[in-house]
Amino acid sequence: MFESLQPWAQVAIAAMLVVGGVFALVGAIGMLRFPDFYMRLHAPTKATTLGVGGVLMASMLVNWAQGEFGLHELLITLFLFVTAPVSANLLAQAALHLRVPAKAPPPADQPRP
Amino acid sequence: MTSRHTPPPAERRWLAHPSLSVLLAAVWLLLQQSLHVSQLLAAALFGLVVPGLVHRFLGPSVRVRRLDRALQFGVLVLWDIVVSNLVVARLVLSPGSNPHPAWVRVPLRLQHPAAMTLLASVITMTPGTVSCVVDEHRREILVHALDCRDAEALARQIADRYERLLLEIFE
Repeated sequence: MFESLQPWAQVAIAAMLVVGGVFALVGAIGMLRFPDFYMRLHAPTKATTLGVGGVLMASMLVNWAQGEFGLHELLITLFLFVTAPVSANLLAQAALHLRVPAKAPPPADQPRP
Repeated sequence: MTSRHTPPPAERRWLAHPSLSVLLAAVWLLLQQSLHVSQLLAAALFGLVVPGLVHRFLGPSVRVRRLDRALQFGVLVLWDIVVSNLVVARLVLSPGSNPHPAWVRVPLRLQHPAAMTLLASVITMTPGTVSCVVDEHRREILVHALDCRDAEALARQIADRYERLLLEIFE
């Protein structure tokens, strides 16, 4: 299937997959490197933006190169955009409630959620 | 986003939430990937009936006042997501990097709960900042920044880049 596509499409699709993969990997490395909970919380938002974004772009390009006009990927983007901030927010609220130790401690006058 | 405050009950009219109706119909058509008459009818039905069924859970209705500004906002957010991804990637990959995390209070001028939620979501989706608490009483969002030496500058940047546009779009 992939061999039957135009060369330019193959190059673009491969590039998008590599970009997505690299950013997902960077998110994972961030998870390992960062010292505290709140800093590690930043890693998933990286993986879900350009990481998943790159893979979705590649998927769209595959559809378009085959002459189909698929827009399911836009929906996946929309659902991610709606759900990811909510889970990050709830994780942060839980950490604030448990008074998780952090490199930068939360403001002292912040009420416990 | 969490809030301890219950919005006033929304009105129960057929088109009390026009933006939500359009969104539901559009999502249905995108899921079906077809513009067949039957699907158009189903989409219209969902757009009209669902907001009426869930009206008790909905806050005040959302009105997009400036469509051109909404498009500008979308492009700006996508651009910022790409740029901040690169900034954070450099932070993660450079061996000697020592990020300096900070908590940033972003005061809210926005009144509309949906607009506040959208702003908090955009802050979270741009790498390097996560909205941790959306406080409707204090009217502020508490943001955790991965690497920020100047909290006030970051709060100003969020207000100037995003909130200003959202105020124009929703209020």
